[in-house]
Amino acid sequence: MKIGVLALQGDFREHGIALSKLGVEPRFVRLPKDLDGLNGLILPGGESTTIGKLMVAYDLVEPIRQFAVNRVIWGTCAGAILMAKEVGQEQPLLQVMDTIITRNAFGRQVDSFEIELDVPFLNPSQPSYHLTFIRGPVFSAVFGRAKPLLSLPDGRIVAVRQDNLLATSFHPEMTEDTRFHQYFLEMVESVHEA
Amino acid sequence: MEQQVSSFAVKKGLAEMLKGGVIMDVVTPEHARIAEDAGAVAVMALERVPADIRADGGVARMSDPELILKIMDAVSIPVMAKARIGHFVEAQILEALGVDYVDESEVLTPADEAYHINKHAFKIPFVCGCRNLGEALRRIGEGAAMIRTKGEAGTGDVVEAVRHARSLFGDIRQLMALPEEEVMTFAKNIQAPYELCMETRKLGRLPVVNFAAGGIATPADAALMMQLGVDGVFVGSGIFKSGDPAKRANAIVKATTHYNDPKILAEVSRNLGGAMVGRSVSSLGDNELIATRGW
Repeated sequence: MKIGVLALQGDFREHGIALSKLGVEPRFVRLPKDLDGLNGLILPGGESTTIGKLMVAYDLVEPIRQFAVNRVIWGTCAGAILMAKEVGQEQPLLQVMDTIITRNAFGRQVDSFEIELDVPFLNPSQPSYHLTFIRGPVFSAVFGRAKPLLSLPDGRIVAVRQDNLLATSFHPEMTEDTRFHQYFLEMVESVHEA
Repeated sequence: MEQQVSSFAVKKGLAEMLKGGVIMDVVTPEHARIAEDAGAVAVMALERVPADIRADGGVARMSDPELILKIMDAVSIPVMAKARIGHFVEAQILEALGVDYVDESEVLTPADEAYHINKHAFKIPFVCGCRNLGEALRRIGEGAAMIRTKGEAGTGDVVEAVRHARSLFGDIRQLMALPEEEVMTFAKNIQAPYELCMETRKLGRLPVVNFAAGGIATPADAALMMQLGVDGVFVGSGIFKSGDPAKRANAIVKATTHYNDPKILAEVSRNLGGAMVGRSVSSLGDNELIATRGW
């Protein structure tokens, strides 16, 4: 299994560290040719406007859309924003998921937060999972083939799955806990085998 | 299900999201939009860029909150603003405005020659300047969640940025080579907290994100700092004191991403118009140096 991490801007190094802990050495993707032969791709946290503009400048938008047709992509925070259909402002997007996102939904940096939640679909499902939100977005609408995967106690959706695509508004790469990366690798495996 | 705000992890976390990016000084909402369109990861809202502060002389203070709020309204990316070294009330005001990061900055005239701000006391994260590892770890000890090497702001001369990055990374390499029993003496010699020396030694880098600042004026300057090992760059006067700010800003963003690809660096460096004229650091008198402010 070959996994790539989009490395135009953001915390791609942390995703690389998490994958290494699970025995996977990722390839950092900066140009379209870097996608060749990959089975899975992570779009990291960062600034979605910056990453989007660099994706356009280096002709990555169409190749990643093609990648999303039959391979696994996981977007965290900025990555989840880039995968959405709409985000309420003009900026380059991949638009590969049936989601509408509200950016900076919790407020500015002073409102960034951490929370412990039970995440039943992780393996093992206990202990509860530590979620970190940094100027995080929320999924304000989930439709079509996309299904909510995880919500905060107040009902706001913070993780969505659409077949081979995964989006989270928080940052599993910022914790030592690799269960979300494990979940992603299992998605890649099942799509690869199918 | 306890929810926690303003932890050190969350303060540090925003800087993690800025890595591999360019933070640009802007003095108007229009500048801020140009910076965002060019791909900046954040903007620094201020009244005058460092080159003008240098030219004008006088006391440089926190910017007018009205200007900062207008810049916050103009863009979706994070907005930072500067407080004077030691001026914790300016920092309180910036926190009340809701800016995303405070830069306790030597570019402004220091308010306190002995003490920096106790940054642990704030909900908002701080970035601080350093010239070497000791200074970086003292600031982190006070609660800074992000570090930038100081360079010499407003000169367009990258020599001090290089000196400070080399000094910082050289100190870290030296620390990593030490046996554990020598770390306390190392900490004493560089006047840094022992625990932070131990953490840096274990990580092989600073415990927080580390950008370069002060004198970066070209895409090649940005890539130079990235290849030396910083996580991203601040560009102050270098963009809006140049001939074609939008084009240069965009080129510096691309150079910061593709810093290891000389072909792309050659491509983005073409036809940018005039760089800021600048002043060589060696032509400055001691009383004109900014980086020596703070300790």
